[in-house]
Amino acid sequence: MSPLDYVTLAVILFVIGAAGVLIRRNAIIIFMCIELMLNACNLAFVAFASMHGNLNGQVIAFFVMVVAAAEVVVGLAILMAVFRARKSASVDDANLLKY
Amino acid sequence: MLTVGATGVLRASWLLLAFPAFGAAVLLLGGRRTDRWGHLLGVLMPLASFVYAVIAFFTLLGETDRSRDLHMFSYIPVGGFQVNMGILLDPLSISFALLITGVGSLIHIYSVGYMSHDSDRRRFFGYMNLFLAAMLLLVLADNYLGLYIGWEGVGLASYLLIGFWQYKNSAAVAAKKAFIANRVGDAGLSLAIMLMFAEFGTVSFTGVFGTVKAGGSGVATALGLLLLLGACGKSAQVPLQSWLLDAMEGPTPVSALIHAATMVTAGVYLLVRSNPILALSGTARLAITVVGAVTLLFGALIGCAKDDIKKALAGSTMSQIGYMTLAAGLGPAGYVFAIAHLIAHGFFKAGLFLGAGSVMHGMDDEVNMRRYGGLARYMPVTFATFGLGYLAIIGIPPFSGFFTKDPIIEAAWDKGGTSGAILATCAILGAGITAFYMTRVMLMTYFGKKRWSAEKEPHPHESPGVMTWPMILLAVGSVGAGAFLILGQRFENFLGPVTGLPPVAHGIWSVPGEIALALALCGVGLAWFMYGRVPVPAEAPAGSFPVVAGRKDLYGDAFNESVLMRPGQWLTRLSVYFDNRGIDGLVNTMAALIGGSSGRLRRMQTGFVRSYALSMFFGAGLLVLLLLVVRL
Repeated sequence: MSPLDYVTLAVILFVIGAAGVLIRRNAIIIFMCIELMLNACNLAFVAFASMHGNLNGQVIAFFVMVVAAAEVVVGLAILMAVFRARKSASVDDANLLKY
Repeated sequence: MLTVGATGVLRASWLLLAFPAFGAAVLLLGGRRTDRWGHLLGVLMPLASFVYAVIAFFTLLGETDRSRDLHMFSYIPVGGFQVNMGILLDPLSISFALLITGVGSLIHIYSVGYMSHDSDRRRFFGYMNLFLAAMLLLVLADNYLGLYIGWEGVGLASYLLIGFWQYKNSAAVAAKKAFIANRVGDAGLSLAIMLMFAEFGTVSFTGVFGTVKAGGSGVATALGLLLLLGACGKSAQVPLQSWLLDAMEGPTPVSALIHAATMVTAGVYLLVRSNPILALSGTARLAITVVGAVTLLFGALIGCAKDDIKKALAGSTMSQIGYMTLAAGLGPAGYVFAIAHLIAHGFFKAGLFLGAGSVMHGMDDEVNMRRYGGLARYMPVTFATFGLGYLAIIGIPPFSGFFTKDPIIEAAWDKGGTSGAILATCAILGAGITAFYMTRVMLMTYFGKKRWSAEKEPHPHESPGVMTWPMILLAVGSVGAGAFLILGQRFENFLGPVTGLPPVAHGIWSVPGEIALALALCGVGLAWFMYGRVPVPAEAPAGSFPVVAGRKDLYGDAFNESVLMRPGQWLTRLSVYFDNRGIDGLVNTMAALIGGSSGRLRRMQTGFVRSYALSMFFGAGLLVLLLLVVRL
């Protein structure tokens, strides 16, 4: 099990998350996919930290986790507000900011 | 002649300008408050100037070198260009100053009576004083720039006075026409001044006349021709003559002072004052004589066809100034006689115009001579003074015109060669035509049966004393001025130091002069034959081609319109079209381009979050790709 395998796994997880953000319509699913992308990044950082033999990557992973948590709070609050107005959680329905 | 600084009485010569300038300032700035006594101040100021001019004249006579320069102030003290304003008192300028203030004062006194029914009389005197101040600056300045300031000032005063009755559209248009025609001439004069500065570095008379020899004949010719253009504009010579007849829209005292005695003679003053420049250029002098000869015939022919008494006299003025211009182009042989004729002309033409004004005053402002007739009995003083002016202008001895016009004809003849012969012939012909049209004016106005207008029902009466006394005094000049100046070479000796003496001494009688006199008498006879023997028709008959041409100012207006005005209008319309379609089109097209493209581009804002996410994804992918490429 070399650290490179972990990075490969992180890439696969990231691609799955990105595909989910682009394809899924439900806002909550999109949030989960964003979380998936963030966690893939965390995995990659920790793997690199192990490869280089210092703790920089792990520290960054901590930061990323904090930011992800804060971002989820805000995002879900926005989703709640939109849901109350539109009675729909589909991102395609919030399309008024157009030409 | 040496010019020294002014001393004694002459140190106050700025008063000559200050009196009328003060009068103009008080009357124009004071407004309606000065209405009650405005005309009195307006008359007092020219009289004060005249008194000083007489004192200065006699003081100057007592000197050996009759040229004094009073330095007033430094006008432009800029490094390489120094212009000092000063007053030059020499025989030429003092002669003009006496004429301007003397005849001017008489006309101001006359205006008190003539304009007595006009509520704007005070404004009239303000403008007239302004004119006097500007004209005096013109003739008294010791440098070309001061002359130019006065030149522009008289142009302004002329505009204000021609358009005095602004509510009359014809007067407003005539004022504009006069100003614009003057402006063309002014361009010539200002170019001459610029050329002087460029070549000589100075515009003062002493500076320019001292260094003009170094410039060579090319510069002198250029200067001479440009000064001629300026003179043409101000003196209504061909090709800038079209404004003078329209200028008769102004009140008659204006026509008398500005468009007969003084302003229109400023061109002649300019040419005579610039004689050191003209001495170096035969081309310029020839051009001046040609302009003079053409104009004297032009004006005479127009005067023959006009039924409006003021326009006939205006044609006469154009013609007489043509004589003066012709003399000024003959060099030292003619300068003295040009100025002598100018002074005599000032007297008799002002007298004739005031007489015309008196007739108009008695005939309820009628100007059409076909509606006059038989007025000699009703206006004896006017008839007598007008008659003396008439005898003077046609050159009957011993009146003024004979003494001043004949030397010009002789000097033209003495020039020799084909040019001299042609010029003398023109001058003699002009004398004959002058006699014809002036006799026509006299016969139509004062003799014959009454043809008075039925609608106006005028009651002709003699004018009041305030109007007749100036006419009487001017008639004295008409009678005696010529003899006074010419006999005994009095004026030649007086003016000679400034202009140079005529090379040949003339007697009173000479062959060309006698031919002119004979032709003049023929002209009188012809006019009597046509207008004295048969009754004059009250309606103007359809005339032959020359008469029709004369009535239309010898197509001067038509020429200006077709050659200058219509191409100019065409050019401006072309520019407007190009501006609207071309320039505006360019700007509008650019704006439309941006508007159109923005209309297309905004369709990118679809409102779908997922398509935005896709764009971000592609962008991020591109960045990573670039990073990898750089790395490799």
